[in-house]
Amino acid sequence: MIKLPEPVEDIVVNLLRLANTKLPADVGWALEAAAGWETGDIARTQLGAIMDNVKKAEHMGRPMCQDTGIPVFYVRGRFDSTIVAQISKGVERATREIPLRPNTVDPLSRENDGSNLGEGMPIIHYIPTDDDFTEITVLPKGAGSENMTRLAMLNPADGVEGVRRFIIDSVLDAGGRPCPPSIVGVGIGGTSDKCVEMAKEALLSPLDSENPDPVLAKMEEDVFVALNSSGLGPMGLGGSTTVLGVKIRKAFCHTASLPVAVNIGCWATRRASARISDEGVEYSQGVDF
Amino acid sequence: MKLGETVYVFGPVITGRDEMHIRAIERSVAGEDVPSDIEGAVLFHCGPIMVQREDGTWAVVAAGPTTSARMNKLEPEMIRRFGIRAIIGKGGMSKDVAEAMREVGCVYLAATGGAAISLAEGLSRCTGVEWLDLGMAEAMWRFETERFGPLIVAMDAEGNSLYEQVASSIVRI
Repeated sequence: MIKLPEPVEDIVVNLLRLANTKLPADVGWALEAAAGWETGDIARTQLGAIMDNVKKAEHMGRPMCQDTGIPVFYVRGRFDSTIVAQISKGVERATREIPLRPNTVDPLSRENDGSNLGEGMPIIHYIPTDDDFTEITVLPKGAGSENMTRLAMLNPADGVEGVRRFIIDSVLDAGGRPCPPSIVGVGIGGTSDKCVEMAKEALLSPLDSENPDPVLAKMEEDVFVALNSSGLGPMGLGGSTTVLGVKIRKAFCHTASLPVAVNIGCWATRRASARISDEGVEYSQGVDF
Repeated sequence: MKLGETVYVFGPVITGRDEMHIRAIERSVAGEDVPSDIEGAVLFHCGPIMVQREDGTWAVVAAGPTTSARMNKLEPEMIRRFGIRAIIGKGGMSKDVAEAMREVGCVYLAATGGAAISLAEGLSRCTGVEWLDLGMAEAMWRFETERFGPLIVAMDAEGNSLYEQVASSIVRI
Protein backbone atom coordinates (compact mmCIF):
# COMPACT_ATOMS: atom_id res chain seq x y z
CA MET A 1 0.00 0.00 0.00
CA ILE A 2 1.31 3.41 -0.86
CA LYS A 3 1.43 6.09 1.81
CA LEU A 4 -1.87 7.91 1.75
CA PRO A 5 -2.09 11.70 2.12
CA GLU A 6 -5.47 11.45 3.85
CA PRO A 7 -7.70 8.67 5.23
CA VAL A 8 -9.46 6.54 2.60
CA GLU A 9 -12.67 7.04 4.58
CA ASP A 10 -12.56 10.81 3.86
CA ILE A 11 -11.77 10.19 0.19
CA VAL A 12 -14.77 7.84 -0.09
CA VAL A 13 -17.07 10.50 1.39
CA ASN A 14 -15.68 13.03 -1.13
CA LEU A 15 -16.18 10.56 -3.98
CA LEU A 16 -19.79 9.83 -3.07
CA ARG A 17 -20.49 13.56 -2.74
CA LEU A 18 -18.90 14.34 -6.09
CA ALA A 19 -20.62 11.47 -7.91
CA ASN A 20 -24.08 12.20 -6.50
CA THR A 21 -24.10 15.98 -6.82
CA LYS A 22 -22.22 16.61 -10.07
CA LEU A 23 -23.02 14.86 -13.33
CA PRO A 24 -19.88 13.80 -15.26
CA ALA A 25 -19.07 16.41 -17.92
CA ASP A 26 -19.31 13.93 -20.80
CA VAL A 27 -22.85 12.92 -19.78
CA GLY A 28 -23.84 16.59 -19.45
CA TRP A 29 -22.51 17.34 -22.94
CA ALA A 30 -24.43 14.40 -24.39
CA LEU A 31 -27.65 15.67 -22.78
CA GLU A 32 -27.09 19.17 -24.13
CA ALA A 33 -26.46 17.81 -27.62
CA ALA A 34 -29.68 15.77 -27.34
CA ALA A 35 -31.66 18.85 -26.33
CA GLY A 36 -30.35 20.50 -29.48
CA TRP A 37 -31.71 17.91 -31.88
CA GLU A 38 -34.96 16.91 -30.13
CA THR A 39 -38.02 18.41 -31.79
CA GLY A 40 -41.02 17.02 -29.85
CA ASP A 41 -42.55 19.12 -27.08
CA ILE A 42 -42.74 16.28 -24.55
CA ALA A 43 -39.15 15.12 -25.19
CA ARG A 44 -37.91 18.69 -24.90
CA THR A 45 -39.81 19.14 -21.61
CA GLN A 46 -38.12 16.02 -20.23
CA LEU A 47 -34.61 17.05 -21.29
CA GLY A 48 -35.22 20.58 -20.03
CA ALA A 49 -36.33 19.27 -16.62
CA ILE A 50 -33.25 17.02 -16.46
CA MET A 51 -30.79 19.81 -17.25
CA ASP A 52 -32.49 22.24 -14.90
CA ASN A 53 -32.25 19.59 -12.17
CA VAL A 54 -28.56 18.88 -12.85
CA LYS A 55 -27.69 22.57 -12.48
CA LYS A 56 -29.66 22.94 -9.26
CA ALA A 57 -28.20 19.78 -7.70
CA GLU A 58 -24.65 20.91 -8.39
CA HIS A 59 -25.33 24.45 -7.18
CA MET A 60 -27.02 23.27 -3.96
CA GLY A 61 -24.63 20.37 -3.38
CA ARG A 62 -27.51 17.91 -3.15
CA PRO A 63 -27.91 14.47 -4.75
CA MET A 64 -29.34 14.96 -8.26
CA CYS A 65 -31.59 11.90 -7.83
CA GLN A 66 -33.29 10.63 -4.67
CA ASP A 67 -32.17 7.14 -5.63
CA THR A 68 -28.55 7.49 -4.62
CA GLY A 69 -28.28 3.81 -5.48
CA ILE A 70 -25.98 1.14 -4.22
CA PRO A 71 -22.41 2.38 -4.52
CA VAL A 72 -20.33 -0.03 -6.61
CA PHE A 73 -16.61 0.42 -5.98
CA TYR A 74 -13.63 -0.40 -8.18
CA VAL A 75 -10.25 -0.39 -6.48
CA ARG A 76 -7.26 -0.44 -8.81
CA GLY A 77 -3.50 -0.19 -8.34
CA ARG A 78 -1.82 -0.96 -5.02
CA PHE A 79 -3.91 -1.65 -1.94
CA ASP A 80 -4.30 -4.05 0.94
CA SER A 81 -7.19 -5.68 2.80
CA THR A 82 -7.69 -2.72 5.18
CA ILE A 83 -9.35 -0.86 2.34
CA VAL A 84 -12.62 -2.77 2.85
CA ALA A 85 -13.20 -1.43 6.36
CA GLN A 86 -12.22 2.08 5.27
CA ILE A 87 -14.62 2.09 2.33
CA SER A 88 -17.39 0.79 4.61
CA LYS A 89 -16.78 3.61 7.08
CA GLY A 90 -16.86 6.12 4.24
CA VAL A 91 -20.20 4.79 2.98
CA GLU A 92 -21.77 4.95 6.41
CA ARG A 93 -20.55 8.50 6.99
CA ALA A 94 -21.57 9.69 3.52
CA THR A 95 -25.07 8.30 4.10
CA ARG A 96 -25.43 10.56 7.15
CA GLU A 97 -23.50 13.60 5.95
CA ILE A 98 -24.52 14.16 2.31
CA PRO A 99 -27.17 12.62 3.01
CA LEU A 100 -27.72 9.54 0.83
CA ARG A 101 -30.94 7.56 0.92
CA PRO A 102 -30.53 4.40 3.00
CA ASN A 103 -31.20 1.82 0.27
CA THR A 104 -29.81 -1.52 1.37
CA VAL A 105 -32.23 -4.05 2.88
CA ASP A 106 -32.24 -7.75 3.71
CA PRO A 107 -33.46 -9.35 0.45
CA LEU A 108 -36.07 -11.51 2.19
CA SER A 109 -37.19 -9.72 5.37
CA ARG A 110 -36.72 -6.30 3.64
CA GLU A 111 -35.34 -4.88 6.90
CA ASN A 112 -33.32 -1.68 6.50
CA ASP A 113 -30.79 -0.69 9.18
CA GLY A 114 -30.23 2.74 7.62
CA SER A 115 -26.48 2.35 7.07
CA ASN A 116 -26.32 1.50 3.34
CA LEU A 117 -24.17 -1.46 4.45
CA GLY A 118 -25.19 -4.95 5.60
CA GLU A 119 -24.33 -8.50 4.55
CA GLY A 120 -22.23 -8.58 1.36
CA MET A 121 -21.95 -4.77 1.24
CA PRO A 122 -20.24 -2.65 0.08
CA ILE A 123 -19.73 -4.04 -3.42
CA ILE A 124 -16.02 -3.77 -4.28
CA HIS A 125 -14.24 -4.98 -7.41
CA TYR A 126 -10.47 -5.38 -7.14
CA ILE A 127 -7.98 -4.75 -9.92
CA PRO A 128 -4.46 -5.04 -8.50
CA THR A 129 -1.66 -3.55 -10.62
CA ASP A 130 2.00 -2.59 -10.10
CA ASP A 131 1.24 1.12 -10.54
CA ASP A 132 2.39 3.60 -7.92
CA PHE A 133 -1.13 4.70 -7.09
CA THR A 134 -4.36 3.52 -5.51
CA GLU A 135 -7.39 4.41 -7.57
CA ILE A 136 -10.87 4.22 -6.09
CA THR A 137 -13.85 4.61 -8.41
CA VAL A 138 -17.49 4.68 -7.38
CA LEU A 139 -20.53 4.08 -9.55
CA PRO A 140 -23.72 4.73 -7.52
CA LYS A 141 -26.22 2.44 -9.25
CA GLY A 142 -29.94 3.18 -8.86
CA ALA A 143 -32.50 0.38 -9.02
CA GLY A 144 -34.60 1.76 -11.88
CA SER A 145 -31.83 1.06 -14.35
CA GLU A 146 -30.24 -1.88 -12.49
CA ASN A 147 -33.55 -3.77 -12.48
CA MET A 148 -33.47 -3.80 -16.29
CA THR A 149 -30.22 -5.82 -16.39
CA ARG A 150 -30.31 -8.79 -18.74
CA LEU A 151 -28.01 -11.73 -19.36
CA ALA A 152 -28.42 -14.15 -22.27
CA MET A 153 -26.38 -17.27 -22.82
CA LEU A 154 -26.83 -17.28 -26.59
CA ASN A 155 -25.87 -20.11 -28.90
CA PRO A 156 -22.68 -19.48 -30.86
CA ALA A 157 -24.78 -19.92 -34.03
CA ASP A 158 -26.78 -16.81 -33.07
CA GLY A 159 -23.67 -14.87 -34.01
CA VAL A 160 -23.14 -11.12 -34.22
CA GLU A 161 -26.73 -10.57 -35.38
CA GLY A 162 -28.05 -12.42 -32.32
CA VAL A 163 -25.89 -10.26 -30.04
CA ARG A 164 -27.07 -7.07 -31.72
CA ARG A 165 -30.74 -8.12 -31.52
CA PHE A 166 -30.44 -8.96 -27.82
CA ILE A 167 -28.88 -5.59 -26.95
CA ILE A 168 -31.48 -3.58 -28.87
CA ASP A 169 -34.44 -5.59 -27.57
CA SER A 170 -33.18 -5.34 -23.97
CA VAL A 171 -33.12 -1.55 -24.14
CA LEU A 172 -36.42 -1.17 -26.00
CA ASP A 173 -38.27 -3.68 -23.81
CA ALA A 174 -37.13 -1.72 -20.74
CA GLY A 175 -39.09 1.24 -22.14
CA GLY A 176 -39.20 4.27 -19.86
CA ARG A 177 -38.38 2.31 -16.70
CA PRO A 178 -34.58 2.87 -16.58
CA CYS A 179 -34.94 6.66 -17.04
CA PRO A 180 -33.80 7.12 -20.64
CA PRO A 181 -31.92 8.69 -22.34
CA SER A 182 -29.70 5.97 -20.97
CA ILE A 183 -26.17 4.71 -21.36
CA VAL A 184 -25.98 1.11 -22.46
CA GLY A 185 -23.23 -1.03 -20.94
CA VAL A 186 -22.65 -4.31 -22.75
CA GLY A 187 -20.50 -7.33 -22.01
CA ILE A 188 -19.88 -9.94 -24.67
CA GLY A 189 -18.22 -13.25 -23.84
CA GLY A 190 -16.54 -14.46 -20.66
CA THR A 191 -18.51 -16.61 -18.25
CA SER A 192 -21.93 -15.51 -17.02
CA ASP A 193 -20.47 -13.61 -14.04
CA LYS A 194 -17.65 -12.03 -16.06
CA CYS A 195 -20.13 -10.99 -18.74
CA VAL A 196 -22.37 -9.03 -16.35
CA GLU A 197 -19.31 -7.53 -14.66
CA MET A 198 -18.04 -6.22 -18.01
CA ALA A 199 -21.43 -4.75 -18.87
CA LYS A 200 -21.37 -2.68 -15.69
CA GLU A 201 -17.69 -1.73 -16.00
CA ALA A 202 -18.43 -0.39 -19.48
CA LEU A 203 -20.53 2.37 -17.86
CA LEU A 204 -17.34 3.79 -16.31
CA SER A 205 -15.87 4.75 -19.70
CA PRO A 206 -16.39 8.41 -20.62
CA LEU A 207 -18.83 8.76 -23.53
CA ASP A 208 -16.24 10.65 -25.57
CA SER A 209 -13.61 7.92 -25.30
CA GLU A 210 -13.18 5.69 -28.31
CA ASN A 211 -13.32 1.92 -28.05
CA PRO A 212 -9.80 0.64 -28.86
CA ASP A 213 -11.32 -2.42 -30.56
CA PRO A 214 -12.53 -1.32 -34.04
CA VAL A 215 -15.07 -4.15 -34.29
CA LEU A 216 -16.67 -3.13 -30.97
CA ALA A 217 -16.47 0.58 -31.90
CA LYS A 218 -18.45 -0.14 -35.06
CA MET A 219 -21.02 -2.19 -33.15
CA GLU A 220 -21.41 0.62 -30.58
CA GLU A 221 -22.14 3.08 -33.38
CA ASP A 222 -24.58 0.73 -35.11
CA VAL A 223 -26.56 0.00 -31.92
CA PHE A 224 -26.52 3.71 -30.97
CA VAL A 225 -28.09 4.70 -34.32
CA ALA A 226 -30.64 1.86 -34.17
CA LEU A 227 -31.76 2.78 -30.64
CA ASN A 228 -32.02 6.48 -31.37
CA SER A 229 -34.09 5.70 -34.48
CA SER A 230 -36.55 3.68 -32.38
CA GLY A 231 -38.71 6.59 -31.23
CA LEU A 232 -38.75 5.51 -27.54
CA GLY A 233 -37.27 8.83 -26.41
CA PRO A 234 -36.62 10.49 -23.04
CA MET A 235 -38.52 8.70 -20.23
CA GLY A 236 -40.14 6.45 -22.84
CA LEU A 237 -42.55 9.25 -23.77
CA GLY A 238 -41.40 9.41 -27.41
CA GLY A 239 -38.54 11.22 -29.12
CA SER A 240 -35.23 10.80 -30.87
CA THR A 241 -32.98 10.49 -27.81
CA THR A 242 -33.26 7.02 -26.34
CA VAL A 243 -29.58 6.55 -25.49
CA LEU A 244 -26.64 8.88 -24.85
CA GLY A 245 -24.07 6.22 -25.59
CA VAL A 246 -23.32 2.53 -26.03
CA LYS A 247 -20.19 1.02 -24.47
CA ILE A 248 -19.17 -2.57 -25.19
CA ARG A 249 -16.49 -4.77 -23.62
CA LYS A 250 -15.59 -8.31 -24.50
CA ALA A 251 -13.66 -11.29 -23.21
CA PHE A 252 -12.94 -14.74 -24.61
CA CYS A 253 -15.59 -17.35 -23.83
CA HIS A 254 -16.15 -21.10 -24.02
CA THR A 255 -16.38 -22.47 -27.56
CA ALA A 256 -19.92 -23.64 -26.79
CA SER A 257 -21.05 -20.27 -25.37
CA LEU A 258 -21.95 -16.77 -26.47
CA PRO A 259 -22.85 -14.79 -23.33
CA VAL A 260 -24.21 -11.25 -23.70
CA ALA A 261 -25.12 -8.93 -20.84
CA VAL A 262 -26.76 -5.52 -20.85
CA ASN A 263 -26.48 -3.20 -17.84
CA ILE A 264 -28.26 0.09 -18.37
CA GLY A 265 -27.16 3.37 -16.79
CA CYS A 266 -29.90 6.00 -16.40
CA TRP A 267 -29.38 9.56 -17.72
CA ALA A 268 -27.87 10.20 -14.28
CA THR A 269 -25.00 7.78 -14.75
CA ARG A 270 -22.93 8.99 -11.84
CA ARG A 271 -19.29 8.18 -11.37
CA ALA A 272 -16.24 9.55 -9.61
CA SER A 273 -12.65 8.40 -9.24
CA ALA A 274 -9.82 9.36 -6.93
CA ARG A 275 -6.27 8.54 -7.86
CA ILE A 276 -4.17 8.57 -4.73
CA SER A 277 -0.39 8.82 -5.03
CA ASP A 278 2.57 10.39 -3.23
CA GLU A 279 1.67 13.64 -4.93
CA GLY A 280 -1.81 13.79 -3.46
CA VAL A 281 -5.36 12.94 -4.49
CA GLU A 282 -6.65 13.64 -7.98
CA TYR A 283 -10.40 13.44 -8.62
CA SER A 284 -12.05 12.73 -11.99
CA GLN A 285 -15.40 11.48 -13.25
CA GLY A 286 -14.68 8.78 -15.81
CA VAL A 287 -12.01 6.13 -16.18
CA ASP A 288 -11.02 3.65 -18.83
CA PHE A 289 -9.35 0.46 -17.70
CA MET B 1 -57.13 16.08 -18.82
CA LYS B 2 -55.74 15.37 -22.26
CA LEU B 3 -53.02 12.87 -23.07
CA GLY B 4 -49.68 14.63 -23.58
CA GLU B 5 -50.72 17.77 -21.73
CA THR B 6 -48.27 19.36 -19.25
CA VAL B 7 -49.78 19.97 -15.82
CA TYR B 8 -48.73 21.02 -12.31
CA VAL B 9 -50.19 19.80 -9.02
CA PHE B 10 -51.27 22.03 -6.14
CA GLY B 11 -52.55 20.55 -2.86
CA PRO B 12 -51.91 17.46 -0.73
CA VAL B 13 -49.93 14.50 -2.06
CA ILE B 14 -48.90 11.25 -0.37
CA THR B 15 -46.02 8.98 -1.33
CA GLY B 16 -46.20 5.22 -1.65
CA ARG B 17 -44.08 2.44 -3.06
CA ASP B 18 -44.27 -1.37 -2.93
CA GLU B 19 -44.32 -1.75 0.87
CA MET B 20 -46.81 1.05 1.46
CA HIS B 21 -49.20 -0.50 -1.08
CA ILE B 22 -48.87 -3.94 0.55
CA ARG B 23 -49.49 -2.59 4.05
CA ALA B 24 -52.41 -0.34 3.08
CA ILE B 25 -54.18 -3.17 1.26
CA GLU B 26 -53.45 -5.78 3.96
CA ARG B 27 -54.71 -3.54 6.75
CA SER B 28 -57.79 -2.52 4.82
CA VAL B 29 -58.62 -6.15 3.98
CA ALA B 30 -58.22 -7.07 7.67
CA GLY B 31 -60.54 -4.22 8.68
CA GLU B 32 -57.73 -2.35 10.45
CA ASP B 33 -57.19 1.41 10.39
CA VAL B 34 -55.37 3.00 7.51
CA PRO B 35 -54.46 6.69 7.30
CA SER B 36 -57.61 8.45 6.12
CA ASP B 37 -55.78 10.58 3.55
CA ILE B 38 -55.12 7.52 1.34
CA GLU B 39 -58.81 7.79 0.43
CA GLY B 40 -59.09 9.70 -2.86
CA ALA B 41 -55.40 10.58 -2.75
CA VAL B 42 -52.92 11.89 -5.26
CA LEU B 43 -50.37 9.10 -4.91
CA PHE B 44 -46.74 9.84 -5.75
CA HIS B 45 -44.56 6.81 -6.47
CA CYS B 46 -41.52 8.15 -4.65
CA GLY B 47 -39.01 7.28 -1.97
CA PRO B 48 -37.61 10.68 -1.01
CA ILE B 49 -34.45 11.63 0.85
CA MET B 50 -35.66 13.34 4.04
CA VAL B 51 -33.86 14.95 6.98
CA GLN B 52 -35.40 15.51 10.38
CA ARG B 53 -35.03 18.99 11.85
CA GLU B 54 -34.27 19.56 15.53
CA ASP B 55 -37.92 20.37 16.23
CA GLY B 56 -38.92 16.95 14.89
CA THR B 57 -40.39 18.16 11.58
CA TRP B 58 -39.08 16.83 8.28
CA ALA B 59 -37.45 18.59 5.32
CA VAL B 60 -37.23 17.12 1.84
CA VAL B 61 -33.78 16.90 0.22
CA ALA B 62 -34.58 15.09 -3.03
CA ALA B 63 -37.80 13.57 -4.33
CA GLY B 64 -38.15 12.24 -7.87
CA PRO B 65 -40.46 9.47 -9.10
CA THR B 66 -39.67 5.77 -8.83
CA THR B 67 -40.48 3.14 -11.48
CA SER B 68 -44.27 2.73 -11.35
CA ALA B 69 -44.31 -0.67 -13.09
CA ARG B 70 -43.11 -2.32 -9.86
CA MET B 71 -46.56 -1.59 -8.42
CA ASN B 72 -48.46 -3.02 -11.43
CA LYS B 73 -49.79 -6.01 -9.48
CA LEU B 74 -50.81 -3.96 -6.46
CA GLU B 75 -52.19 -0.81 -8.05
CA PRO B 76 -55.56 -1.99 -9.45
CA GLU B 77 -56.70 -3.01 -5.97
CA MET B 78 -55.18 0.14 -4.46
CA ILE B 79 -57.08 2.35 -6.92
CA ARG B 80 -60.40 0.52 -6.48
CA ARG B 81 -60.18 0.13 -2.71
CA PHE B 82 -59.14 3.71 -1.94
CA GLY B 83 -60.48 5.63 -4.95
CA ILE B 84 -57.04 6.99 -5.88
CA ARG B 85 -57.58 9.98 -8.21
CA ALA B 86 -54.10 10.57 -9.60
CA ILE B 87 -50.83 8.67 -9.68
CA ILE B 88 -47.53 10.46 -10.19
CA GLY B 89 -44.66 8.25 -11.32
CA LYS B 90 -42.39 7.32 -14.16
CA GLY B 91 -42.35 4.71 -16.90
CA GLY B 92 -46.10 4.07 -16.99
CA MET B 93 -48.28 1.19 -15.80
CA SER B 94 -50.02 -1.94 -17.15
CA LYS B 95 -53.34 -2.41 -18.94
CA ASP B 96 -54.87 -3.79 -15.71
CA VAL B 97 -53.98 -0.55 -13.97
CA ALA B 98 -55.37 1.50 -16.86
CA GLU B 99 -58.65 -0.41 -16.54
CA ALA B 100 -58.91 0.35 -12.80
CA MET B 101 -58.06 3.98 -13.54
CA ARG B 102 -60.87 4.15 -16.09
CA GLU B 103 -63.38 2.67 -13.62
CA VAL B 104 -62.50 5.01 -10.79
CA GLY B 105 -61.62 8.15 -12.76
CA CYS B 106 -57.89 8.30 -12.11
CA VAL B 107 -55.08 9.75 -14.22
CA TYR B 108 -51.37 8.91 -14.44
CA LEU B 109 -49.03 11.87 -14.47
CA ALA B 110 -45.44 11.28 -15.59
CA ALA B 111 -42.75 13.12 -13.66
CA THR B 112 -39.24 13.33 -15.08
CA GLY B 113 -37.22 10.48 -13.58
CA GLY B 114 -34.20 11.67 -11.64
CA ALA B 115 -35.28 15.31 -11.53
CA ALA B 116 -35.32 15.03 -7.75
CA ILE B 117 -34.13 18.52 -6.81
CA SER B 118 -36.39 20.44 -9.19
CA LEU B 119 -39.38 18.32 -8.21
CA ALA B 120 -38.64 18.71 -4.49
CA GLU B 121 -39.02 22.47 -4.94
CA GLY B 122 -42.71 21.86 -5.66
CA LEU B 123 -43.14 19.97 -2.37
CA SER B 124 -43.61 23.06 -0.25
CA ARG B 125 -43.99 21.35 3.14
CA CYS B 126 -43.84 17.87 4.65
CA THR B 127 -46.95 17.50 6.79
CA GLY B 128 -46.19 14.11 8.30
CA VAL B 129 -45.11 10.52 7.85
CA GLU B 130 -46.73 7.13 8.46
CA TRP B 131 -45.12 3.71 8.67
CA LEU B 132 -41.56 4.96 8.99
CA ASP B 133 -40.66 1.44 10.19
CA LEU B 134 -40.72 0.50 6.49
CA GLY B 135 -37.63 2.67 5.96
CA MET B 136 -37.19 6.17 4.55
CA ALA B 137 -37.85 5.10 0.95
CA GLU B 138 -40.89 2.92 1.64
CA ALA B 139 -42.67 5.02 4.27
CA MET B 140 -45.79 7.03 3.45
CA TRP B 141 -44.85 10.72 3.41
CA ARG B 142 -47.39 13.54 3.29
CA PHE B 143 -46.67 16.76 1.43
CA GLU B 144 -48.33 20.03 0.62
CA THR B 145 -47.45 21.01 -2.94
CA GLU B 146 -47.15 24.29 -4.78
CA ARG B 147 -46.80 24.05 -8.56
CA PHE B 148 -45.40 20.52 -8.42
CA GLY B 149 -44.10 19.45 -11.82
CA PRO B 150 -43.87 19.66 -14.78
CA LEU B 151 -45.96 16.50 -15.16
CA ILE B 152 -47.16 14.97 -18.41
CA VAL B 153 -50.63 13.39 -18.59
CA ALA B 154 -49.37 10.01 -19.78
CA MET B 155 -52.44 7.82 -19.03
CA ASP B 156 -55.87 9.40 -19.01
CA ALA B 157 -59.11 8.39 -17.27
CA GLU B 158 -60.48 6.85 -20.48
CA GLY B 159 -57.93 4.04 -20.67
CA ASN B 160 -55.56 5.73 -23.15
CA SER B 161 -51.81 5.57 -22.62
CA LEU B 162 -49.04 7.59 -24.18
CA TYR B 163 -46.65 4.70 -23.38
CA GLU B 164 -48.87 2.32 -25.39
CA GLN B 165 -48.89 4.77 -28.29
CA VAL B 166 -45.10 5.11 -28.21
CA ALA B 167 -44.62 1.32 -27.82
CA SER B 168 -46.85 0.56 -30.80
CA SER B 169 -44.88 2.87 -33.06
CA ILE B 170 -41.38 1.75 -31.91
CA VAL B 171 -39.06 0.96 -34.81
CA ARG B 172 -36.86 -2.10 -34.21
CA ILE B 173 -34.11 -2.15 -36.80
